[in-house]
Amino acid sequence: MDFSLELSSGELVEIWGPNGSGKSTLLRCIAGLFEPDSGHATIERDSLFTYLGHKQGLSGVLTPIENLRWFAGLESIQNEQTSLRSALETVGMETYSHRLCGELSAGQLRRVALARLAVSKAKVWILDEPLTSLDQEGVSMLSTLIEQHLRNEGAVICATHQSLAVSNTRIVNLP
Amino acid sequence: MTYSSIRIQVERDILIAIRGRSETFNSLVFFMVVILLFGLGIGPVGSRLSAVGPAALWVVALFANMLSVEGIFRRDFDDGSLELFLIHNNPLFFGVLLRVSVHWFVTALPLVIVAPLAVVMFNLETDVLVIFIATLLLGTPVLTLIGAIGSALTTGLGKGGMLLALLVLPFYIPVLVFGSSACYAAIDGESVRAQLLWLSVLLVASVTVGPFAIAAALRISQEY
Repeated sequence: MDFSLELSSGELVEIWGPNGSGKSTLLRCIAGLFEPDSGHATIERDSLFTYLGHKQGLSGVLTPIENLRWFAGLESIQNEQTSLRSALETVGMETYSHRLCGELSAGQLRRVALARLAVSKAKVWILDEPLTSLDQEGVSMLSTLIEQHLRNEGAVICATHQSLAVSNTRIVNLP
Repeated sequence: MTYSSIRIQVERDILIAIRGRSETFNSLVFFMVVILLFGLGIGPVGSRLSAVGPAALWVVALFANMLSVEGIFRRDFDDGSLELFLIHNNPLFFGVLLRVSVHWFVTALPLVIVAPLAVVMFNLETDVLVIFIATLLLGTPVLTLIGAIGSALTTGLGKGGMLLALLVLPFYIPVLVFGSSACYAAIDGESVRAQLLWLSVLLVASVTVGPFAIAAALRISQEY
């Protein structure tokens, strides 16, 4: 399949398409997790990006705070415990900060995974079906997070089956 | 990688090892139980025990290592942490080397610590104990690195246990040969220099090449 896409700062690109159309594969190619048969994906100027895939990226035997701390370490972000707590507060998970992730529900795990976006300093967010398992409050919380990020000159590319209702959104349909 | 991110990575891996203790300490329990069974099976005849001892100790250490190494990336693959690890570690060499080092520290080092007990059970002398520990210290990191390559290759396949054994066992053989032969040489009062040097060569080679191979295998695992 021939595909070309350019993403500018302050822009959200929603990738739409039926199951199996290659949305996740496309995002994994951009994140460097999957080698395309031909072509290339580059993130210019600022190479820092963060990826949220189908899997949450949270160890079940660690607490949300410990998971976030590890993530901050991966991105070489100097994070105080308080800033990790405020990231959890953003997604409404501060009361669960010391529970093991293995004890949380799918929706709660998704929220903790989304807290990574609040911790990250990356300009580009690559989100693969981020609304999965989220309730209505979680969906509006994510929309707010994305809007803030776009206002800060960030860019978001997101595979989804449901619109995030964010301004400055471009929709790309995969056949 | 900054000092702070190295410290956080090490702390995380140790914490996971402690909290997932059944997976971590399986190899140690396996090592002790099989050594005990060997001792009971051979019987209380000193000469028989010391004749079989070095080979038995090394074979059990080898399988104990293989048992632990299977899960080195499995948990992270299942929960998606491995994706983040691959994306954010650039170059991957140091990140992988760190992961494997911590894994060796929590799974193979305990074997070295209980080695005196195992050696006593096989009626071996103190000088053999010293050589056995030296060969374990040189050989088990090689086993862990080779095993980690196999584990990284089979992580995306789900149950890759048998395949892992088939992949890595041939590469374990030189370590087994030099490790047990050094112990037999110590029993016979011969020089163990050659065996220890060969084990050192294997260690240097596997530390140099292993992390690259593991990193490549982990990237392949993401394409399943």
